[in-house]
Amino acid sequence: MSVIVYTESENGKFKKNAFEVASYASEVAKQLGTTATAIAINSEENEILGNYGISKVLHVKDDSLKTFNAKAYAEVVVTAAQKESATTVILSSSTDAKFMAPILAANLKAGYVPNVVAAPDSTQPFVVKRTAFSNKGFAHTEIKTEQKIIGVSNNAFGTIENKVDISIEDLKVDIKEDAFETKSVEIDKVVGKATIADADIVVSAGRGLKGPENWGMIEELADVLGAATACSKPVSDLGWRPHGEHVGQTGKPVASNLYIAIGISGAIQHLAGVSASKTKVVINNDPEAPFFKAADYGIVGDAFEVVPQLIEKLKEFKAQNS
Amino acid sequence: MKILVCISNVPDTTSKINFTDGDTKFDTNGVQFVINPNDEFGLTRAMWFKEKQGATVHVATVGDASVEPTMRKALAIGADEAIRINTEPTDGFYVAEQLAKVVKDGGYDLVICGRESIDYNGGMVPGILATLTGMNFINTCIGLEIEDKKVTAIREIDGGKETLSSSLPLVVGGQKGLVQESDLRIPNMRGIMMARKKALNVVEPVDGIKATTDAKFDKPAPKGAVKLANSVDELVDLLHNEAKVI
Ligand SMILES: Cc1cc2nc3c(=O)[nH]c(=O)nc-3n(C[C@H](O)[C@H](O)[C@H](O)COP(=O)(O)OP(=O)(O)OC[C@H]3O[C@@H](n4cnc5c(N)ncnc54)[C@H](O)[C@@H]3O)c2cc1C
Ligand SMILES: Nc1ncnc2c1ncn2[C@@H]1O[C@H](COP(=O)(O)O)[C@@H](O)[C@H]1O
Repeated sequence: MSVIVYTESENGKFKKNAFEVASYASEVAKQLGTTATAIAINSEENEILGNYGISKVLHVKDDSLKTFNAKAYAEVVVTAAQKESATTVILSSSTDAKFMAPILAANLKAGYVPNVVAAPDSTQPFVVKRTAFSNKGFAHTEIKTEQKIIGVSNNAFGTIENKVDISIEDLKVDIKEDAFETKSVEIDKVVGKATIADADIVVSAGRGLKGPENWGMIEELADVLGAATACSKPVSDLGWRPHGEHVGQTGKPVASNLYIAIGISGAIQHLAGVSASKTKVVINNDPEAPFFKAADYGIVGDAFEVVPQLIEKLKEFKAQNS
Repeated sequence: MKILVCISNVPDTTSKINFTDGDTKFDTNGVQFVINPNDEFGLTRAMWFKEKQGATVHVATVGDASVEPTMRKALAIGADEAIRINTEPTDGFYVAEQLAKVVKDGGYDLVICGRESIDYNGGMVPGILATLTGMNFINTCIGLEIEDKKVTAIREIDGGKETLSSSLPLVVGGQKGLVQESDLRIPNMRGIMMARKKALNVVEPVDGIKATTDAKFDKPAPKGAVKLANSVDELVDLLHNEAKVI
């Protein structure tokens, strides 16, 4: 009855969240008195997972699984769970993992809890802590079914090094044809730039910037920091920035180490979606802007003065510290 | 084409969140309930299919009689008929099983759900529903076109978007992008009057798995006061030496 963890990779390389979910799985396995097995699809360097407490990798190499397909990938994970007689399946909170998890839940007749932020409170009964009400609260949720699925929030549990011996086994899965009834036709993705989902730092700007022509300094600031760029909802509604950058309760969630909000007032719906970030910085010329109540650090000032200065200062800082 | 839009009845986004009964229940006192924003985008897209392609649009909610004002609003926006499954939506698996029965009985071609409810943020009902009914499934859907039963959809992915082809019957988990904010409709007087005459059918629940329960809730620890920096030098210093994030 080992614990199964789905470790995501892209172009053969594990994503950062793979190490976090592996660490989490290893902790759950410890609590249950068992071991953690990873299921990895078309990944290379599988041994690396041994650094995070994973003692076995089931590796599926299959060209038909080159691009993510939720139904087909779910079949792989179900097969792995059954082979290992696993009762607990762990995955991340990436868009793909959240696409696949409910399919797994239905196939395994499992209770699924997403957005989990800590190791289980207890395993008998099985209770996990998760965010609810868009980060305005936490729920301690009991999973009552024999099979359990846990979706781990990004950047909440952290990555924990714990080196163990690891074995790698090939697994072959015959995927049913009907999984490919839904097919990827085209992927349109920025390459070489941090994404909101996995960036350590997110630089976000709002209506205070006045117009799309003023985003040059936001992109430059993000560049200097190796950060992803984001925006408030009205900014994407106005077409100043692409919809994929809209963060908040009705947009993408942010759980980065550092979130910098520039010319964003801090409406409740915005804060709900970004409050999982560890350190929040606000730059706003109105000292009464609600964001100052939610932030850790702030500068009261005009973004058009502060941001260029900040870029210069950070460039200096980088030069000194590299 | 027969469309079912699944609507979750959620606290308005500006609601203060409190808990009662020894922190075991969400306190609905003074809370205004609305159509889940993700579902409102889906409902509005469904109205497009109704007006441009002659689709029939039903809405379904799992909940007690208190959800009916939200369903009337969906009817006022233009849905043809509403179905309420008369039971507490205690758990996503259970809700999906209830909706699966409605979907099978109703012979729907397209089921539009939201990516997630903004209250419990489960993000699981559409995927479980699709799997239980054997329908195709596309999540975080931000674009949907259907011609001769052929589906072209766009979904949001981390760092971009993906175009997919699929076929009916299909379940989508939708969000903003299915339509734009400016396409959303506020019910007008005529819509509200007409909604009064439309059917709101109540059906009893089927047995299902109650897979999870929330044993206890708590709120985030109160935040300390913001530290204001007087210069960018001071800010960079704080971020480096104190917060250790750069
Ligand atoms: C159902 C619903 C869902 C929503 N979901 C979201 C969501 O997911 N995400 C989201 O962001 N919003 C969401 N909103 C919208 C939200 O209520 C706010 O309207 C929005 O967040 C405000 O965006 P803003 O801060 O960019 O603009 P504003 O509120 O207009 O704030 C602009 C800020 O910039 C400051 N400013 C102006 N000039 C300067 C300058 N030169 N230098 C520095 N600062 C300056 C101002 O002081 C002000 O604080 C939602 C609303 C509803 C009703
Ligand atoms: N009680 C409910 N009744 C009808 N549909 C629901 C209900 N709960 C959730 N849904 C649908 O499932 C989507 C995702 O919800 P959830 O899995 O609860 O986050 C929602 O946006 C709705 O479309």
